[in-house]
Amino acid sequence: MGIIRTEDIVFEYIRRDEEGNVEGITKAVDNVSIDIKQGQFIAILGHNGSGKSTLAKHMNAILNPTEGTVWVDGMDTNDGEQLWNIRQTAGMVFQNPDNQIIGQVVEEDVGFGPENMGIPTKEIWQRVEESLRAVGMYEFRKASPNKLSGGQKQRVSIAGVLAMHPKCIVLDEPTAMLDPNGRREVIRALRGLNQVEGVTVILITHYMEEIIHADKVFVMDQGKIAMDGTPREIFSQVEKLKSLRLDVPQVTLLAYELQKEGIPLPNGILTIEELVEALEKRTVGNRVIVG
Amino acid sequence: MSMIIDHVSYIYGEGTPLARKALSDININIPDGQFVGIIGHTGSGKSTLMQHLNGLLKATEGHIYFNGEDIYDADYDMKKLRGKVGLVFQYPEHQLFEIDVFSDVCFGPKNLGLEKKEVELRAYDALRKVGLPEELYYQSPFELSGGQKRRVAIAGVLAMKPEMLILDEPTAGLDPKGRDEILGQIKKLQAQTGMTILLVSHSMEDVAEYVDRIIVMNQGTVMMDDTPREVFRHYRELEEVGLAAPQVTYIMHALKEKGLDVDVDVTTIEEAAAELVRVLK
Repeated sequence: MGIIRTEDIVFEYIRRDEEGNVEGITKAVDNVSIDIKQGQFIAILGHNGSGKSTLAKHMNAILNPTEGTVWVDGMDTNDGEQLWNIRQTAGMVFQNPDNQIIGQVVEEDVGFGPENMGIPTKEIWQRVEESLRAVGMYEFRKASPNKLSGGQKQRVSIAGVLAMHPKCIVLDEPTAMLDPNGRREVIRALRGLNQVEGVTVILITHYMEEIIHADKVFVMDQGKIAMDGTPREIFSQVEKLKSLRLDVPQVTLLAYELQKEGIPLPNGILTIEELVEALEKRTVGNRVIVG
Repeated sequence: MSMIIDHVSYIYGEGTPLARKALSDININIPDGQFVGIIGHTGSGKSTLMQHLNGLLKATEGHIYFNGEDIYDADYDMKKLRGKVGLVFQYPEHQLFEIDVFSDVCFGPKNLGLEKKEVELRAYDALRKVGLPEELYYQSPFELSGGQKRRVAIAGVLAMKPEMLILDEPTAGLDPKGRDEILGQIKKLQAQTGMTILLVSHSMEDVAEYVDRIIVMNQGTVMMDDTPREVFRHYRELEEVGLAAPQVTYIMHALKEKGLDVDVDVTTIEEAAAELVRVLK
């Protein structure tokens, strides 16, 4: 069994009017079954209101399913006894770094999690150091979080989760508020954690170019999994993604537009290198390149 | 008729041990009807500068002239300025509070002291301009989607009939379609009404697609002020200050390096596709 597995889960919001009578029921998550393996880098896409954040909140028992079952590392999230073990196994990072940082000093903030777990002081400091190094923030350990940039703060938030030694980190739009450099820093840190430390990463984002390296992409719509596959499989379907209010990276879109103009290119180009290589092959054949 | 920012500097906490210079010697002239993009890394001074333009912050040094009048003159009517220069903050939907969408949009013009009929006319007009479907006008704003809420918030500012609209990251957290819808609507609005628009954004792709002019802020100063083509031509310098160019700029440079004779200064997918078709066909 994978690190996170859901079986036919449904999550219903009950809408009530002012007198408290039930007006209707919205299925924010509708019959979702997924199985995420330890060490994978998973991306979840979907338009606003598609149910992706609601699904994510099931992954560390912030929400429990109305129907179906969620297992985190084999633990049923409906089992109240396991709540703290589940939260230590799957950590969560949210959109706004300012809402997640509480310490006056970076290293204090990162130590907050393990301290609450009752870890001995010596080991806390060890974990703080390891976590800050893993996200490239060790040199800022003595800094005040409010002096940091958005990307740096978000990496401190990630270190704070890492210090609890989770097997899995779920991030709900961690880059939505960051500038281009901040976005790059966070994504680089996540890829490092995934590849070097083997932490399972589940990334929710609206930035398509952030997920081209993911092992697997789930696309949500109306609470259901509308598409799943590798980034290449997903981004090959430009029109389908657009109909789901999503997009593809600029390079993928450019290749798609060129295809429409009759320039033969493979489907689902994801990086600049791939496009350059494909065009080079073609142009050398047609002797366009002079140099 | 325009906004002139003349040698403006601003120090946070002036006279305290925590004083910090946030803006230093800013000079910008914004003529009527321009669509201007403001980019810069977190903490570069973008939002601080925007808050000067409708008088929320007062420059420590320098002057700001709006339509030829110095807004720091003792007898200048700041309230009038705030009606003319509309500022939409980040995550403006957090500021919605009324029982339905229509009342929320009425709140601004009502406070201007206009009569009921005029207030309602303006609210309808503003909601139509942001493209919100009419069946949502009498729903609670809290039942709308993220993109819809944000449009209601923008309509609330538009209902004040500003001459200049400042949007601080209006698309943060929206899905790609929502981003396109909001920015497309704003572009349309600008074309129809000739309103001056200032768009603060972290998305280089969006800025490249929509604006006429880009102002790049760095460490409280204006680092560049030019057309998107010219600004993104300096993409290496942008990277040094935590920014970037749209991905398409990098694609064109990579192709050029491989000997393909393309115009590297295109900034949108549309232009790039046309350029590549020209070269390859």
